Amino acid sequence: MLEFPRWKYVLILIVVLASALYALPNLYPQDPSVQITANRGFAIDAALRGRVDAALKDAGVQAKEVDTEAASMLVRLPSLDAQTTANDALRKALGDDYLVALSLASTVPDWLGTTGARPMVQGLDLQGGVHFVLQVDQKAALDKRVDGYLEDTRVTLRDKRIRYTSVERRPNNSIVVTLADGEDVAAAQQALAQTLSSRGNNAGTLATGSGLTYQATGQQITIGLPQAELEQIASEAIEQNLTTLRNRINEIGVAEPIIQRQGDDRVVVQLPGVQDTAEAKRLIGATATLEFRAVVEGNAADAVASGRIPPEAKVYQLRDNAGPVLLNKRVLASGDEMVNARVGVDNNGLPAVDVTLNNIAGQRMFDYTSANVGKLMSVVYIERVPTVTMVDGKEVRSVRVREEALSPTRIAGVFGKNFQTTGLEKTEADNLAKLLRAGSLAAPMDFIEERVVGPSLGKENVERGTKAVVFSFIFALAFFLVYYRMFGLITCIALLLNLVMVVAVMSLFGATMTLPGFAGLALTIGMSVDANVLINERIREELRAGVPPQAAIATGYDKASGTIFDSNMTALLAGVALYAFGTGPLKGFAVTMVIGILTSVFTAVTVSRGIATLIYGGRRKIKSIAI
Amino acid sequence: MSLFPLRLIPHTTNFNFMRVRWVSIGIAALLAIAAIGAIAFKSFNFALDFTGGTVVELRFQTPPDVDAVRERLQAGGYGSAQVQTFGTGSDLLVRLQPREDAGTAADAEASNRTAADVLRLASSEGNAATVMRSEFVGPQVGKELALNGLYTLLFVVVGFLIYIAVRFEWKFAVSAIVTTLADVLIVAGFFAASGIEFDLTILAGLLSVMGFSINDKIVVFDRVRENFRNLRAEPMEILNRSINQTLSRTIITSFVAFLTVFALYLYGGGSLEGMALSQMIGIVLGTVSSIFVACPLLTIGFLTVTKQDLMPKAKDEALLARRP
Repeated sequence: MLEFPRWKYVLILIVVLASALYALPNLYPQDPSVQITANRGFAIDAALRGRVDAALKDAGVQAKEVDTEAASMLVRLPSLDAQTTANDALRKALGDDYLVALSLASTVPDWLGTTGARPMVQGLDLQGGVHFVLQVDQKAALDKRVDGYLEDTRVTLRDKRIRYTSVERRPNNSIVVTLADGEDVAAAQQALAQTLSSRGNNAGTLATGSGLTYQATGQQITIGLPQAELEQIASEAIEQNLTTLRNRINEIGVAEPIIQRQGDDRVVVQLPGVQDTAEAKRLIGATATLEFRAVVEGNAADAVASGRIPPEAKVYQLRDNAGPVLLNKRVLASGDEMVNARVGVDNNGLPAVDVTLNNIAGQRMFDYTSANVGKLMSVVYIERVPTVTMVDGKEVRSVRVREEALSPTRIAGVFGKNFQTTGLEKTEADNLAKLLRAGSLAAPMDFIEERVVGPSLGKENVERGTKAVVFSFIFALAFFLVYYRMFGLITCIALLLNLVMVVAVMSLFGATMTLPGFAGLALTIGMSVDANVLINERIREELRAGVPPQAAIATGYDKASGTIFDSNMTALLAGVALYAFGTGPLKGFAVTMVIGILTSVFTAVTVSRGIATLIYGGRRKIKSIAI
Repeated sequence: MSLFPLRLIPHTTNFNFMRVRWVSIGIAALLAIAAIGAIAFKSFNFALDFTGGTVVELRFQTPPDVDAVRERLQAGGYGSAQVQTFGTGSDLLVRLQPREDAGTAADAEASNRTAADVLRLASSEGNAATVMRSEFVGPQVGKELALNGLYTLLFVVVGFLIYIAVRFEWKFAVSAIVTTLADVLIVAGFFAASGIEFDLTILAGLLSVMGFSINDKIVVFDRVRENFRNLRAEPMEILNRSINQTLSRTIITSFVAFLTVFALYLYGGGSLEGMALSQMIGIVLGTVSSIFVACPLLTIGFLTVTKQDLMPKAKDEALLARRP
């Protein structure tokens, strides 16, 4: 009557072993360390080892261990303070040749690692670092794209020698072209469809313009952007921003950053181990981009004074208040058409930036320069500075756009995809190259949330959380042992296994452990307790009713199982809802709660029954049980 | 095994919980009304998560004089700053609402400046502080979070209703939901009345209170259902007996659960205190209401349960209905 199928014992044994194995890596502490990876052209070799050792010695830091691998070198350090010191020293000593990043190195032995076991991912609140939430300005991305179409339309018509009276943008983002001669409509439409749809970019992922609609009425052609196209532009803007952010964050060298899209227009950036937010923010938030434009001939100062500005030109201010300059409205190449940019030297040995464009922009540049050798070209540097002003007691957010032209350079010869921007200072060239290389943002972003957690607080949070969970356990276990005696012991084993299982499942699926996650663990104990108490009380009840011990145990488990199922289903519902709608800390709490509920049903119903059967099962008659 | 069996609750209890049902329901209703009043008139002391603003956690070498820090901040132009001790005595939590010229969402450097400013102002000679944590949240995020919290609540309530109505009976579902919501409301009312800062972890705590409270009610209702099917007795008697039978389980579960959350409160540190507190109150309330309110509701008005409600529907009834 008190029986338990053998296959269930096998199942329990497998689960116990697997849980133990996958929970094990969490016992190994992580070493604060500094990771060094080589930039192009530099190698991880003995010479580097020598430089690293010397730099560490100068800084007075004693490394625990230096691991050299094919692609990177890992310097393990004894403490977080040593990590900071070593990081500063190494960054200074190795300069631009190597990328130096803070990281936490695992101390899990290799044999354990090969099974796929790894420790839980720790949330930022447990290891310190910075957390940003950025909002992407999608309207700006849209404006930029529509303006691009607008300008391309003009250029196309001009190239094809089709006369037009106006090319205008309408509020609904459509473009209306009014031709001078109605007979050109068909030719114009064909030309536009050809050039607009081939407008591409470096990533090759942005909208190709193939979704554009053309509608001709009389002398007018209306180019419409369908809703799908608009949505795609907005969505791509975020994707490009994500890529750009990833590149930029690689530049500052952070190990394991988290860069995620959140919702329709938000990006979450988490940089574990980073404490200095200023540098991170400057790079992340910089919405600077470059545009290459031709200089329109004529005296700019006079034109500004007289107000007679050529129709194709726009007035820009030169950097350092060096006066105005007239530049063509047409953009020869913009930041997002750039493939690569690096610091080099020009013919005179002065700093310069070597730029490589993508094919389309390269072709445009080639076409232009072949016709305009000896003329001037300028680079426009555009920076967006978000500002907030108070109007009538309300916050009004606006963006101040600063546009500066770098001093024009003469086009020395025909160039295409590759060319050089000269006339920069060393630091200027460095910054420019870095920004260009990292790519430009498709749309500007605002910081809407920022969190910095100190590394010592993170460590403290782990200690507090662990302590709280340990005490939760001790309180519960002590009570059970005293109150239910033998069955208390069974319950204790079930509870402990439950904890190990939760940890194992979380580690296996790479769920992130947070401080509220510890609260979730404590609550899991509460839930698990409930199931076990239901069973134990039911057994007591059956015993009181005069049922023989072994039958009482069997009936107790059977009857309690239904109740446990119902009561846990509702709790599961709450956990799932919390996960679905919650953010950040709520999610961490929900994850542990949901996993905990599932494992507690298994341990309470199956595992504890298995143990009870082991102890009280068999054919022999049992007079009394300790419960 | 010579230890005597320990019993907190005598196993032959036979309290007549139904006799005091009007009193217990009345008290619960009064508490709920008081909670609504507290929320309406005093409102929550919403934390940064909801309002937006900047929070800076400082650690001093020796326990600082909170009033002096507050004065120094005021002198430095942060008049509305809230300063409170946090965790150990030498930690301070400073909350600031965004200023007109700084600390606003758009200004990327502002929150860094604010944290540095606060650090400079708060530190005094011989007792320097270090920034442990600084956080800046835009108000827009806050609004969305509040809305998400509301959605979660709605989702959970509807989910509970459907689940219990399907597994049990709609009268049980309504009674369980009403009682559980009253519990959550009273805990929320406590936070409004006490002025304890209401943050996201407390919201999570409230939702887990909901899970806990409904859990308790389901266990009792499960027994009610079982007894309705097995016993020949008046509904009032069955309800009474069900509560008595599950009494020891209810109290022991709550006691142990309370212990675990209490450990969280004691050792979890400042940032989990609010959550643990909401759960501790929730556990006590949930237990009391499971015993004194949930079942008594089943004897009142349209919620009155009868044996017919719970008897398994006879199969031949369906067969009969299908015949012409």
